[in-house]
Amino acid sequence: MDFGPYLILASLEGAVAASVLALTAVGLSLVFGVMRVVNVAHGEFFMLGAVLAWFVATSVGGHPALGFVAALLVAPVLVGGLAAVVDMTVLKRVAYDPERTIVATIGILYIIQQVTLMTYGPDARPVTPPFNTRLAIPWFEFVGGRPQVYWPWGLSTTSYKLFVIAAAAVTLTLVWLMMSRSKIGLLMRATQLDGEMAQVFGIPVERIYAMVFGIGCGLAALAAVLIVPIQQAHYLMGTDPLLLSFIVVIIGGLGSLPGTVIAALLIGMSDGIISVFYTPTLAKILSTLLVAFVLVFRPQGLFGTRERD
Amino acid sequence: MSSKNEFSKGRRNALKTLGLGAGAAATGTTLPLWARYAEAQSSAPIKVGFQAHKTGIGAAYGRWYERTTNAAAKVINDAGGINGRPLEIVLEDDGTDPKRGAEVVEKFATQHECDVAYGTLFSHVVIGSAPRAGELKLPYFVVSEGHHVASGMLNRYTLQPGITDVKSQVAAMAPFVSDNLGKKVTMIFPDFAFGHDHRDFFSAAIEAQGGEVVAKIAIPPTESSFTKYFPKIPRDTEVIYHVMVGPAVLTFVKELGEFFGPSRPEIFGFIDSLEAVDINSPGLEFLDGTFFWEGNPRYAQDNQSEYDKAYRAAVGVDDNGASVSDPTDISTYAHMFGCWETLHVIKAGMEASGYAGAGDRAKLIEAVEAMTDLPASNAHPQGAKVFNGKTHQVFGHQYITRVTDGKLKLAHTTSIEDTLYPDEVDYTTQAF
Repeated sequence: MDFGPYLILASLEGAVAASVLALTAVGLSLVFGVMRVVNVAHGEFFMLGAVLAWFVATSVGGHPALGFVAALLVAPVLVGGLAAVVDMTVLKRVAYDPERTIVATIGILYIIQQVTLMTYGPDARPVTPPFNTRLAIPWFEFVGGRPQVYWPWGLSTTSYKLFVIAAAAVTLTLVWLMMSRSKIGLLMRATQLDGEMAQVFGIPVERIYAMVFGIGCGLAALAAVLIVPIQQAHYLMGTDPLLLSFIVVIIGGLGSLPGTVIAALLIGMSDGIISVFYTPTLAKILSTLLVAFVLVFRPQGLFGTRERD
Repeated sequence: MSSKNEFSKGRRNALKTLGLGAGAAATGTTLPLWARYAEAQSSAPIKVGFQAHKTGIGAAYGRWYERTTNAAAKVINDAGGINGRPLEIVLEDDGTDPKRGAEVVEKFATQHECDVAYGTLFSHVVIGSAPRAGELKLPYFVVSEGHHVASGMLNRYTLQPGITDVKSQVAAMAPFVSDNLGKKVTMIFPDFAFGHDHRDFFSAAIEAQGGEVVAKIAIPPTESSFTKYFPKIPRDTEVIYHVMVGPAVLTFVKELGEFFGPSRPEIFGFIDSLEAVDINSPGLEFLDGTFFWEGNPRYAQDNQSEYDKAYRAAVGVDDNGASVSDPTDISTYAHMFGCWETLHVIKAGMEASGYAGAGDRAKLIEAVEAMTDLPASNAHPQGAKVFNGKTHQVFGHQYITRVTDGKLKLAHTTSIEDTLYPDEVDYTTQAF
């Protein structure tokens, strides 16, 4: 394949990966930013979203789009609700102590993964996309010094992949609007700045925490519902998103939403492009190396602010 | 040719075995001395430790390997068991993980006190477990397809008598690919031992046919997104040769179709890329007219043997290769016959050696090593086979099917001779 079409294809693939990653990582970043909780079970909430999407989509009959839309509405809400319950029953009990929450969320990781294995089973199951048309992409070449449009072999995407990118962009905008313009966003930001002071001012911090944990995990579930018609729902699918989300959140700056989105684009796109031109292993090596550099030279992340004293 | 010698020698040994059998039969209803002794000694079950991929990336295979194993054990037990003793399957999940695999083998030997271990499919688990089986002196019957048994990499305790290996499969496929599909081949394979077997042996085999591999694309078996690999396919590719494993195989094949759109090259795949997946899934329409290697044809063919019919019914698989109780539950039909046949080989080996307990494990291996011709029968429903005692590897017919009207229709059956290659090891010279 020529370089131009090759790069376009790599970028498109990278953009799909980046948008799903951005949604997942923003969820993780939100939870850390407001609650200072490192949620190791984040990837399992992602997986749960995909598995629930399969359950919903298969139990709703008719056109595949009906099942998919139902899954898109139901799965994130269910996962968010479960996460809120986990927050109230587990995280609150360990008083959001950093070390103990890590151990607690590791436990939750295993519980969710193994319960899924015991109920849903070890198989990968597909969800039919609501629409999936192959879209060939034109490119140009110079014939006798004049540009000419042609249709390169293999250069294409699908309508559904474009939808994933658009849906992620819309959701991220909504999250940003919620955080910056709404009352609930104001309460969250107040809690993030100083939880004790917020409590003194009458903000129901406990409820805010449950809500943030629910929204954070719900975003991961939403990302999974979007990706599941391309990939398949599988009980081990949470590991990669978890690792990548951590990489993204560390690079972007823990708790910084714009930083997370930009880092997700950086990691997702570079992963797509480097895997295409070199190897996926090199892509992983480079992103891990970047994390190491960020931790050494700019521990607050590219867009993070220094911890307050 | 060495293959011819191998074959004729096999026939001679078979005659010997046959003679022994006839001798035993001539004694009439009286059992041979050892059998009477064994009967008196113990009627405790013979325990076969089944190392199953219940979870992890091999889970779809694990589910069907288990069903096939249970069906074969039932058939064997209904017919009186082994040496008058019932056969008991002791299942342990290895999570499709090599490290856990070695632990499971150890559990079989020391905790469950199994007579043999059996049933592993994924090559990295076999390679991880076989050394431990050798150390524990536990006969280890794998159902894996990998060339690691016949390559001499493993040990005398590891045998593969129920399924053919990749090297012999691809040797038989290369002439078909180069004669019917094209000479310039791009290979797409999983990046671990099994995929490397495909890469190395198919490249050599197609070059022997005057063809060439124009690109080799390795993909990690845990990968979940594939389009990014496909631009490496050279434009002058005439044939795509694909083989993929893991939970994302459906995505792999779908994205392959989306990549090519209306202008696909010829496609030849190993059914591994779609094992346990409905070939009529949305997005797979482009496969119409493409070819697949199948160890055993998933769809019941026009020339279906009575053995296949009986085997299919016993395992609970319908004519479309799906579970009789759930038509969306597609079997791993091209591989799982290996479990059925391997259990029958274990039974035959134990009967020939008069196996009575763990002390007879070496005798059991010698008895299996002495096997040669394994004719098509209820014990070998996939077809006739020839076992090579020196390399511990069985050889058999291979099937090529073509996607026609949403089914896999048989297009070509190779002979056993097509699959033979010179021995690379003689395990019988190794001490027990």
